[in-house]
Amino acid sequence: MLQSKIQDVFNEPACGKNQGKSEKERKKGCTKQLVPGAAAGGCAFDGAKIALQPITDVAHLVHGPIACEGNSWDNRGAKSSGSRLYRTGFTTDISELDVIYGGEKRLYKAIREVIEKYDPPAVFVYQTCVTALIGDDIEAVCKAASVKFGKPVIPIDAPGFVGNKNLGNKLAGEALLDYVIGTQEPEYTTPYDINIIGEYNLSGELWQVKPLFDKLGIRILSCISGDAQYKEVAWSHRARATMMVCSKAMINITRKLEERYGIPYFEGSFYGISDMSDSLRQTSKLLVERGAPAELLERTELLIRDEEAKAWQQLEPYKARLAGKKVLLITGGVKSWSVVSALQEVGMEIVGTSVKKSTVEDKERIKELMGQDAHMLDDMSPRDMYKMLKDARAEIMLSGGRSQFIALKAKMPWLDINQERHHAYAGYDGMVALVREIDKALYSPMWEQVRRPAPWES
Amino acid sequence: MAKIVTSRKACTVNPLKMSQPIGAVLAFLGLDHCMPALHGSQGCTAFGLVLFVRHFRENIPLQTTAMNEATTILGGMDNIEEAILNIWTRAKPEIICIASTGLTETKGDDVDGYIKLIRKKHPELVDLAIIYVSTPDYKDAFQDGWARAVTKLVEELVIPPFEKGGVGVISAGISQINILAGSHLTPGDIEEIRETVQAFGLDPIILPDLSGSLDGHIPEEFMPTTMGGTTLADIRRMGASGFTLAIGEHMRAATEAMHAKCGTHYEVLDRITGLEASDRFIALLAELSGNPVPNKYRRQRSQLVDAMLDGHFFFGGKKIAIGAEPDLLWAIGNLLAEMGCEITAAVTTTQSPLLEKIPTAEVLIGDLEDLEQKAQNCDLLITHSHGRQMAERLDIPFLRMGLPLFDRLGAAHRLSVGYRGTRDLIFEIGNMFMANAHEASPSTWIPSQEECNADTSATAH
Repeated sequence: MLQSKIQDVFNEPACGKNQGKSEKERKKGCTKQLVPGAAAGGCAFDGAKIALQPITDVAHLVHGPIACEGNSWDNRGAKSSGSRLYRTGFTTDISELDVIYGGEKRLYKAIREVIEKYDPPAVFVYQTCVTALIGDDIEAVCKAASVKFGKPVIPIDAPGFVGNKNLGNKLAGEALLDYVIGTQEPEYTTPYDINIIGEYNLSGELWQVKPLFDKLGIRILSCISGDAQYKEVAWSHRARATMMVCSKAMINITRKLEERYGIPYFEGSFYGISDMSDSLRQTSKLLVERGAPAELLERTELLIRDEEAKAWQQLEPYKARLAGKKVLLITGGVKSWSVVSALQEVGMEIVGTSVKKSTVEDKERIKELMGQDAHMLDDMSPRDMYKMLKDARAEIMLSGGRSQFIALKAKMPWLDINQERHHAYAGYDGMVALVREIDKALYSPMWEQVRRPAPWES
Repeated sequence: MAKIVTSRKACTVNPLKMSQPIGAVLAFLGLDHCMPALHGSQGCTAFGLVLFVRHFRENIPLQTTAMNEATTILGGMDNIEEAILNIWTRAKPEIICIASTGLTETKGDDVDGYIKLIRKKHPELVDLAIIYVSTPDYKDAFQDGWARAVTKLVEELVIPPFEKGGVGVISAGISQINILAGSHLTPGDIEEIRETVQAFGLDPIILPDLSGSLDGHIPEEFMPTTMGGTTLADIRRMGASGFTLAIGEHMRAATEAMHAKCGTHYEVLDRITGLEASDRFIALLAELSGNPVPNKYRRQRSQLVDAMLDGHFFFGGKKIAIGAEPDLLWAIGNLLAEMGCEITAAVTTTQSPLLEKIPTAEVLIGDLEDLEQKAQNCDLLITHSHGRQMAERLDIPFLRMGLPLFDRLGAAHRLSVGYRGTRDLIFEIGNMFMANAHEASPSTWIPSQEECNADTSATAH
């Protein structure tokens, strides 16, 4: 069952890269084989949890030993405007006896406890490696629990050992398609209803762009999954158009929403001024094509004009300070190109960008932006990054938290652009905030002192 | 005599506990030029890595054997071989330490056997130390993994005095002593212990030594392995020490392993937080070294006594809720009880002979949901950073202790051992009580409606 799901997500027709492959290659999947002793990154379970945990009112129950939840809970920055339940760590914390006799009974009891104590609109049950290996049938347990307790109890079958985070994102998407989407109806619909898919409201970024949509009268009917309530995901099939944000992570949901419910989509980004404007433009275009009044287009252009002007005005003081500053960008997927264009807008020079997790389209986009000789780094070793910074061939590094010390230990500025970051960088305001943070990092008065050797060393 | 209760819930809510394998990993991170690896799927490593990065704010070398569904079923020999070779060529460590996970333990991989075969197949690895420790996720907790890792290091690496490479007869007056440090000690604590031991003219080898690797120093060059910590040569030399001092009850097995292997005399100090506990530590060092207690520590002792005198007003009768691993719970719980507090709620992660001796009515092996229920009328909450949501709901002061501490700076340098560490901890906690004290108002002595009702009903009967 799981294997056929995996084959299904590997066989993604909307993915250009996938369509270029032979049947045999396609079966192998779109993720690189992991190298023992030289691998980094999360597992499929991690990916599934990242994709779904932002659904705020659901109880997210991890069926497995303590490691999977105990070592990682409440460590992501998705924000909620309502329920806090998503930040509660639930796990069956299975014991050796469960491994020997099977953990299904414990899981069933755990679901009952969660429902009795917390009464969530739904429980998501995450499969993990150990419980998959011993053959716990979480699908059957969830089905029985759903019937017994009269509430959706949804199996998320993405144990860590089936693959990497990206695969986990997709399997999470499959679970939503199989069990959630289309199960509820919104109170009313409008011609201005959209889905935003692949946006997790990290540091509140969804709220940073929502006012823009509000100004245009566009309603975010469902966001999958940032600041979402269960019911909103359940009625996402009633939107008129979909914006897919995080590149390929949830392309399967987007495509199947189109296939099953005729909802057209486009791929966009909230990072950078021109990308933000494009996203608004395309959203309006799709809505008008689906029957919204054409005047929306005009209003969109007016809003873009005002917002861009405002943003540029705010960026103006930074331009002179940041022009020509050399940036090393270590991230993956959508961020590699969306941040590139954002930084170029203030005249910074990208001396390298990692493309480890990027798709062919991502790479094409980077080439469009940076020219054919773009410094795309497929697999840059930490040692090389360190050297690049130490030699000042790069003046600031933008990356995720775990590589920050490569820059900091070289006494060079660093900025967090991954999921644990504390600042929101989406939309026009976000771009200004990003530039402000880069400026603060580059021009901190501290650098001069920390770089100076101790008096007895010089 | 505390009653020990194990939670009977099927669902753990807001875990206090973390898993054994990453406890072992943290011990391995206290070795120099080391690359720890988890034998499991890559997520096991990713979660551990992120956790330690957020706690220490340091680069964390940690690799994975990257097991998948098929390799798990077929057995992980090839993955371990490939991992060792890859780590060896890329990172050039002196020692690779592998801890198992729930996944590979469920399958039942014979990793010790694999390593023997790999060694035979690759004679070029002769100088590379490889350590394996079994730490299934579905058993025990973080500090157990740490304890098993240290025991394994002692068993595998320490050279007994009369074996090849050993020193032979150890002279009675030797100054070299072993310190086996528990997982509840921070790099700052270890630094304090080293300085104190050295002040008595003793020459400590500390295992594991997080103060060398995760104290936040700036290296000259980039290193893919750990930078600093106990060196392999020093671990081997531990067999030539005159004494082993273990800090933390969970270090007892490693200490006994050292004794069994090398005949080293030992003492396990269950804690060195608190006046009496620090006195035992200092007196033992004086006895071992034959040197008088340096003035510095006499002065510090006096300062601690003064801190207790100044502080006890604020501690008396305060109700405390603590969620911590057994050895940390023991150290902090006893200190607070000694200052006059009442340990109202005590939740821990795993069994320990210390639990029944903790000065409280009941110790629960459970989670933070349990702690939150028991902490309703407490004056102070003490646990790791995951207590932050609970503290907000309970609306009581919150002292972050243990691991992880991801929402505050300086986790590595928090100090709670010895006279000085205890003194500062008393000030810190006392200040929290002072800051939270309610000032009197005209209504303070007017009984609330509820109390009035309770009074009338009491009179009526």
